[in-house]
Amino acid sequence: MNKPIRRLAVFSLALFGVLLLNTTWIQAFQADWLREHEFNRRDVAERTSLPRGPIVVGNEQIATSTYNEDGEYYQREYPEGELYAHPVGVFNPMGNFGIEQTHNSYLDGSDESLMVRNFLDMLTGTEPQGASVVLTLNPDAQRAALEGLKAYATNGRGAAVALDPKTGAVLAAASIPTYDPNSVADLSDVNTSVENWNKLADDKNQPLLNRAFNELYPPGSTFKIVTAATALENGHTIESTIDAPASIQIGGSQLPNAFSGPCNGGAPDSIAHSIEISCNTSMANWAIELGAEALHEQATAFGFNSGPMDIPVRVTESSAPLEPDDNLRAQMGIGQGQLQATPLQMAMVAAAVANDGTLMQPYLVQEILGPDMSEIESTTPKVLSEAISANTAEQLTQAMILVTEGDEGSGKTAAIPGIQVAGKTGTAEVGDGDTHNWFISFAPADDPQVAVAVVIERGNASGGTLAAPVAKAIMEAVINGE
Amino acid sequence: MSEALSAALPPVKRRNAELVMLLFAIGITLFALIEASLTRNGEMPPNLFLYGGLFGGLALLAHVFIRFFAPYADPLLLPLATLLNGLGIAMLWRLFEATGDTSRGSAMDQLILTAASLVVFAAIVYFLKEPRVLQRYPYITALTAVFLLLLPLIPGLGMTINGARQWINLGITSLQPSEFAKIALVIFLSGYMVTKRDVLSLVSKPLKIGRVKVLDLPRMRDTAPMAVMWGFCIIVLVILMNDLGTSLLLFGTFLAMIYVATQRSSWIILGLTAFFGACVMLYPLVPHFRTRVVTWLDAFNPEVFCTDEVIANNADAFCVQAGQNSQQLVQGLFAMGEGGILGAGLGGGKPGHVPEVQNDFIFSAFGEELGLTGLMVMLLALALLAQRGMRIALASRELFVKMFASGISFLIAFQSFVVIGGVTRVIPMTGATIPFVAKGGSALLSSWIMLALLVRMSNNARKPAPVAIQDEGATQVISR
Repeated sequence: MNKPIRRLAVFSLALFGVLLLNTTWIQAFQADWLREHEFNRRDVAERTSLPRGPIVVGNEQIATSTYNEDGEYYQREYPEGELYAHPVGVFNPMGNFGIEQTHNSYLDGSDESLMVRNFLDMLTGTEPQGASVVLTLNPDAQRAALEGLKAYATNGRGAAVALDPKTGAVLAAASIPTYDPNSVADLSDVNTSVENWNKLADDKNQPLLNRAFNELYPPGSTFKIVTAATALENGHTIESTIDAPASIQIGGSQLPNAFSGPCNGGAPDSIAHSIEISCNTSMANWAIELGAEALHEQATAFGFNSGPMDIPVRVTESSAPLEPDDNLRAQMGIGQGQLQATPLQMAMVAAAVANDGTLMQPYLVQEILGPDMSEIESTTPKVLSEAISANTAEQLTQAMILVTEGDEGSGKTAAIPGIQVAGKTGTAEVGDGDTHNWFISFAPADDPQVAVAVVIERGNASGGTLAAPVAKAIMEAVINGE
Repeated sequence: MSEALSAALPPVKRRNAELVMLLFAIGITLFALIEASLTRNGEMPPNLFLYGGLFGGLALLAHVFIRFFAPYADPLLLPLATLLNGLGIAMLWRLFEATGDTSRGSAMDQLILTAASLVVFAAIVYFLKEPRVLQRYPYITALTAVFLLLLPLIPGLGMTINGARQWINLGITSLQPSEFAKIALVIFLSGYMVTKRDVLSLVSKPLKIGRVKVLDLPRMRDTAPMAVMWGFCIIVLVILMNDLGTSLLLFGTFLAMIYVATQRSSWIILGLTAFFGACVMLYPLVPHFRTRVVTWLDAFNPEVFCTDEVIANNADAFCVQAGQNSQQLVQGLFAMGEGGILGAGLGGGKPGHVPEVQNDFIFSAFGEELGLTGLMVMLLALALLAQRGMRIALASRELFVKMFASGISFLIAFQSFVVIGGVTRVIPMTGATIPFVAKGGSALLSSWIMLALLVRMSNNARKPAPVAIQDEGATQVISR
């Protein structure tokens, strides 16, 4: 009888073999698929079962975790409401967005750099905590940006970015329309949160879109800084002149000045004067004269055509394509045509000019601190490119000062008493008759602390009237705050 | 018999090895409690000494008892059972005591039941000196088994829990008689097959297709026991009681035992054909059986899983119609996936996501918190227990004991397979209990009864052969 018993023993061992193999399959190989399965709601509960580290701006925590006794979860709260909604994002049942997403592993404490600490916490019985993420934002500048946009954006859409030209730190990033993250993060009433979120997602004005980083606009006349920089980098000086009639013939149509009439009484105009009064015809002529390669390369040096950038939130790529056609390149020279730029990109142009031609890599996170406030990671400013020479930068700065201070300056509304402001206005045609109104600037001109780009979507006025006052308020906030 | 003798183990006691392993098993249990409590509540378990003293003390008493009354028993049996039982208690403590909600069960209850089971264990080891006495009344045992199985059908006494009618209500407590019926059935089958062995194994009728012999079939009249068994499993258990697990378990054990008795594969082929034939037949007719199969095969289908969207928009969806869904199974798999290789640590997971996690799906809770590593330990402990049982069957000399020991061992292995296979989606979920681990008195008690029988049989198989103390020719005085 032993033979069948032995066989039965082997068979029962085989049964366990099947179980072992199957368990291994589930837990070792299928585990990731199971964790990410759409029916799997464990992570929602998982995500809210531990305190999240705060996000800090200035000395203030702008995203905090509060324990809810009834529901036994941690509620994410944003004391400043809509102010930081776009750059910071939100942590809610639909997922993580913005900094809440990019720095999730630090905030929830799961990052490898926190592992030793968490292990020690576990041993000592202290509740593990996430790290704090300290942002580069300047609260005054951010507030000035949002309030300025709200005051001047006639149809409620626009964006503003401020950079520290010396480091690349993002000082302000505002976009309207905006939303209150608390309204979509309330875990005590998840259904309402989801409903509110869906409403925002379906809104045609796209309140969830961070226009400062992720919307592309034709940059209009603000791009003339890039055209002028190309000329200066190619052997010309700020006093070099080129034909500047009332209108030039390109292809089958006319490219006129925004104001009727020639730029210098019919005579060839200098680059400096063309920037001051925002002359179209001279700049279009420069674009034709300089050639496709030079313009494309200079734009690329300023950060165009370089792919999406993570600062760490994703910034959409701005593009200035190689334009061999003279007529289309004339359009590009004045910021129209195939050009597309994010507000951040135009702020980078201003920042590069401000920083003696050196373009710094923009960044939003200053440092990451452990629960005990020890530094885990800190951002060191990094050079992105040497966009232009210091000499070119100096000449452009002088021309841009004329924009706010010159007799015929197009952006006098950005002038700050006692401080020299270098700026450039822009009015970009959308194609259906509407215009976006731009202003890029930096101040103080001799020792720049802040570089700004403001766009008012379909403001249908000039950059000087709508965008420059907003830029002025942001610059004042930064300079007065220091 | 020479074969059996060669397989016999040398008569060594190895009680000290058992003691060391037992201390290890107790230690793991206590560490599991401590880990669960520290992780979950950040403090030492408030009743650690009570649990340690009671559980450790009981296991050590069982060890001392074996030292005196079954000194030659296999030293692995008690430590393995203690480890599994202890892990079960630790997990129940983590699920109930640690969360402060003991309304659906508690580790303390389980500990008290363990104590009661150990008393029964000791009684069986002490009183059942020769397991072969069980062979004497096969038909009474058979009737007992049938009676136990049918008890839940008596109106007023039987209870339906989670869809299966396998409980009886005794006022103060409820009992699952099928847990004991299966042991009675193994006793009966062992006795019955030892007597009928020759008929069942030798008499045959060749099945020919043309001139080619395909199979040696048993005679029609000899298939009567199988027909009865089949009819009982299908009609009573599946159709009347919705107890798919017990049905599968009993029929599987029956096939294993008839194979051990006869060594004829035709019985297995015949039995499997009949069983799967019945399954195919029942599929369209018995809704609860169909539900089990669909939730198994199509578990990740939204209409079977029952997502909120399906409930809101699709009144014709499978899960709405059947009133059943695959959420428990899928949540169990999610829990195991979450655990991964090393697990979240006892107390570190979220086993509450799995509905009714304290029953069959306690396996997924182990998977989540102890990971693949912990599950492997548990599976290997169960496998080892079954294999040691088979070893006892090999080493025993009496036919009845061989049948009995292999039957019990297979029951342990197959029962583990039916539950764990159901939870991990190898086979449809049928509902049974993991030996020693599962919550509940009936399951625990029957596990310890099986262990007592194995301990007793292993002692008898391994103890030294009787020696003549005086040699006076044909009449010898033998010491036992």
